[in-house]
Amino acid sequence: MTTIFSARRILTMNPSRPEATHVAVRDGRILGVGPLDELVGWGPHTLDDRFADKVLMPGLVEGHSHVSEGTFWRYLYLGRFDRMDPDGKVWPGAGSVEEVVARLQAANAKLGAGGSAGAEPLSGWGLDPIYYGERRVTRQDLDRVSTTRPVGVMHASGHIFNVNSRALELAALLRPRVNHPGVPLGADGLPTGELKGPDAMTLAGKHIGFDREVLANDEPGLRQFARLCVRQGVTTATDLANLLPADAVAMMKRVTGEATFPVRIMSFRRFQGVTPQQAVDHVVDLRGHATEMLRLGAIKLFVDGSIQGFSARLRWPGYYNGAPNGLWYTTLGQIRELYHLALEQGILVHSHTNGDQATEMALDCLEQALRDEPARDHRFTLQHCQLADAAQFRRMKALGMCVNLFPNHHFYWGDQHYATTVGPERAMRMNACATALSVGVPMAIHSDAPVTPLGPLFTAWCAVNRQTATGRTLGTEERIGVADALRTITLGAAYTLRLDGELGSIEVGKRADFAVLEDDPLEIGAERLKDVRIWGTVQSGRIFPAAEV
Amino acid sequence: MSATIPVTVIGGFLGAGKTTLVNHLLRNADGLRIGVLVNDFGALPIDRDLIVGSDGDTLEISGGCICCSYGSDLMEALLELPQRRPGIDRVLIETSGVALPGMVASAVGLLEAYALDGIVVLADAETVRRQAADAYLGDTITRQLAAADLVILNRCDLIAAGARDETLRWLEEQVPNGRVVPAERSVVPAELVLGLRGGDRASGALRTPGGIAASMLYESVEITSDRAVDVDRLAQALAAPDAGVLRAKGCLRDIGGRLVVLQIVGRRFECAEAPAGATPGTLVAIGLRGQLDRAAIDRALEKLSP
Repeated sequence: MTTIFSARRILTMNPSRPEATHVAVRDGRILGVGPLDELVGWGPHTLDDRFADKVLMPGLVEGHSHVSEGTFWRYLYLGRFDRMDPDGKVWPGAGSVEEVVARLQAANAKLGAGGSAGAEPLSGWGLDPIYYGERRVTRQDLDRVSTTRPVGVMHASGHIFNVNSRALELAALLRPRVNHPGVPLGADGLPTGELKGPDAMTLAGKHIGFDREVLANDEPGLRQFARLCVRQGVTTATDLANLLPADAVAMMKRVTGEATFPVRIMSFRRFQGVTPQQAVDHVVDLRGHATEMLRLGAIKLFVDGSIQGFSARLRWPGYYNGAPNGLWYTTLGQIRELYHLALEQGILVHSHTNGDQATEMALDCLEQALRDEPARDHRFTLQHCQLADAAQFRRMKALGMCVNLFPNHHFYWGDQHYATTVGPERAMRMNACATALSVGVPMAIHSDAPVTPLGPLFTAWCAVNRQTATGRTLGTEERIGVADALRTITLGAAYTLRLDGELGSIEVGKRADFAVLEDDPLEIGAERLKDVRIWGTVQSGRIFPAAEV
Repeated sequence: MSATIPVTVIGGFLGAGKTTLVNHLLRNADGLRIGVLVNDFGALPIDRDLIVGSDGDTLEISGGCICCSYGSDLMEALLELPQRRPGIDRVLIETSGVALPGMVASAVGLLEAYALDGIVVLADAETVRRQAADAYLGDTITRQLAAADLVILNRCDLIAAGARDETLRWLEEQVPNGRVVPAERSVVPAELVLGLRGGDRASGALRTPGGIAASMLYESVEITSDRAVDVDRLAQALAAPDAGVLRAKGCLRDIGGRLVVLQIVGRRFECAEAPAGATPGTLVAIGLRGQLDRAAIDRALEKLSP
């Protein structure tokens, strides 16, 4: 059965036929794209005009997200900026600490009497006090919400909690003489309620509803994530990364295999707690479990931490504010061995490197691994890679690497990078999309959702405009054009996932994955790219209107 | 009074001998039930002949010890350990080669069930100075060393005596708050890391695996004194470098009349009220032969007893 969709405009990302008016779909794949009179040659068909006033693009590909974005909407959103939930409701940003507290108070009132000792926790997420000046959020602020119910809020970075006194008590931290850099103390000698870093966070997490075990294998969260994908025009999204135990794989396989599940998930095995050999063996085995809708068989590796958390590894001269250099998350020997074994087995590896020294280390390790195990078309990708300079992009190109940059940082933390973390010069160069493209490194751009909101068109806007939250343009030279940005969030991301042969452009033989848009991203203007309205998606020929998802 | 479990953090770069040290300690646990936490089960963390069983991320070790891997979640592993294995006497945390043991020690401090005993960092005599100059690793190595209470300069058999002494001198500068000892194949007296057990061991009989040559490196002294003493100041005096004390433990009567347990690891010391039923009057100290200054200890006791 063949359906031919008409559209106002189809942006194909196929240079030999960049635009069209009709696309024919059969068995979930693209039979052809072009003028109607060409497509009717395929025989009997149904002409479907529902998209006659819409613009079709290849389904958007999010090359670095976490399914936990779906999970987090179970908690109260407390971020500084407006953000759309899986229901399509836009939650307004909170303008002050007072507003954050007021929202928690309202949510607390809805939960009803929380007087008993076993009261269920009240959990929030997305807090970013960086926007509220010097003032820190304290347990006293959150005690105004409840003194009997544990209250905890995760920061936007995901690396800090703020909790109330009750939560501190449950975590056995409401005591004097706590001596830990991640647990600041107040004038009274007791913790202020800010818990930074995984050690301190683990102690409070399970008391405030952020239990790791619950988060690890979360079916409702996966379903919510998929709804967000439809609202953002995404038809393929990465889950970067997951330990992928058998029960989680079975759940994801079942859920993604449902007839109405709207997004293809590619889940990377996180390299953690095992040897390189064990990780590669696991992923070789996982390859056999992959389906059309659940892609497995790749590894994600952490080389360093985050820039705003000062745990990224920077080359000289280091952090602008003089903070000590960050942390290595994996040893050099393990990285080399993992690269070597993965090249041997043809396993794709994506490496998280935020700082430029981490990037340099990954480049060195891959260079050596390739000497021992020459491989063509490996597509090893540096994720974030925010501080890379032109020379490093040239090395990436020479080594056959891809990059997935993080332009959303410019909007959310660009002002802080300029003033504090890396200083003006490197802040202007960060996420050097234009350099990557001119050097010829295959490039994707990403949201790292839930760290920043899922939304490739917003990410494209960030790469095109490089504007900070206060309106500063960070590095005009590294801006890229709209057409390049659109290619990057479709075919570019697909290439880094080795999926560009199947998807990422609208051309014969590929999956019938479309982002269905109300506005034309090539017409709306570069500065309004983020305002393009999204009608929904078509995924493997199945139609998913955002309004009904 | 405290029912806290003492924790030793064992750090050092890959190949410095951490795993070898852990295995030596397990062989010489002498009845202590040790919980070993390792970052991963990568390159077989425990010698096969010590393993009596395994279950997922836990290895059963002869003598009632266990070994668990913690991956990235050390806190969870520490929280669970007392339930998993009640009656653990002591915990050894073997950190990954790039971890900062000082940060791991801080994390231990967040848990009421545990008390940090000390930070032991191993360094490879052949490579440590080169590693410390490495563009990628240098600051990690020097931060590891700087946090140590005790640095074991390992593989000293592989370098000439002159180079060893030079490296030892270099290390003294890198380790402002700790002590440095030379070793071969991670061999040190078990008590140096696992702690002295008050009064139940005759002086001199250190459990030094590796034979006579290694045990000859160390000596211990035991001092008996029933006089009241300013324990805090005594601890300070013994922890000062010139006393040559690497580790000490004593139960003494404080000038206020209380019974106080004094513990020293490197330059770290702690004085805490003694548990009920403790017998006062003994002090045991370990040091390198020729450096442990018994006369200095006697003088300090004399001076600080009113």
